Amino acid sequence: MTSVYDENGKNIPCTVIQAGPCIVTQVRTKETDGYEAIQLAFEEKKEKHTTKALQGHFKKAKTTPKRFVAEFTRFEEKKNYGDVLTVDVFVEGEYIDVVGTSKGKGFQGVVKRYNFKGVNDATHGQHNRMRAPGSIGASSYPSRVFKGMRMAGRMGGNRVKLINLQVVKIIPEKDVIIVKGAVPGPNNSYVKIERWS
Amino acid sequence: MGKNELIKMVEDTVAVKDFPKFKAGDTITVTYKIKEGSKERLQKFQGVVLQRVGGGPTATFTIRKISGNVGVERIFPISSPFLEEIVVNKVGVVRRARIFYFRNLRGKKARIKEKRM
Repeated sequence: MTSVYDENGKNIPCTVIQAGPCIVTQVRTKETDGYEAIQLAFEEKKEKHTTKALQGHFKKAKTTPKRFVAEFTRFEEKKNYGDVLTVDVFVEGEYIDVVGTSKGKGFQGVVKRYNFKGVNDATHGQHNRMRAPGSIGASSYPSRVFKGMRMAGRMGGNRVKLINLQVVKIIPEKDVIIVKGAVPGPNNSYVKIERWS
Repeated sequence: MGKNELIKMVEDTVAVKDFPKFKAGDTITVTYKIKEGSKERLQKFQGVVLQRVGGGPTATFTIRKISGNVGVERIFPISSPFLEEIVVNKVGVVRRARIFYFRNLRGKKARIKEKRM
């Protein structure tokens, strides 16, 4: 993340995203697949790192192997194999959704994972119970712990979608967009950008 | 790990004015623009630099002054377009980069040794 200034001198926290060029590597149609979508591929990959099956897949679109592939629905205009999409699809000031994988946090207790309060009192009998979850249910009825009870466990690494992030600026020469606020995931990770309109 | 090249590219477009060098413990005067309705005027803030944070155009600094009997602190982004001028009044001699202990000092104790040029 970094920050830029708008015309009023206001400091805007923002994320820089390389948003292209993306190449159409597959077109799904109602007749063959039962639904309409296009598959976009992004970033070069060495051919020796690509399986034979994927090499054939990219050859069909007459392009080199790519690292990241994602499917998109709701495209208004028709796209063909090998079409290149750049940041021209975005408009400055519009709102987009960003889908990514959040940073893994490892095995975490309930205070960090579910925002439990913990015990707010250091005295009155507490000595190692400060971040404990407390009761997880009643006794003889139901005699079991309900499914979905929030407990300690693996946190992060989930698919996260952030909606309504504003496109602050577009740099067409570099295929870069600048988005207001943070996006899920660590630096240099891949995200999917969607738009309702 | 170095900074991401894309971020660097964006940060290069943010202009940072040429200000004199200053560090924690120095006394500086910051002149900055204030918008009141449609009018713009300049205001000065003189105080002791508590810390400098970060690098590049996202860096900030904190200055503190005593106004009346109340401590007032202000944080300025170094690349803020409202910053007009920074004048270094005194170069202080302090041993740390962030002098938060200065907040707890009052009166005669709240003095910083000055480096004579």
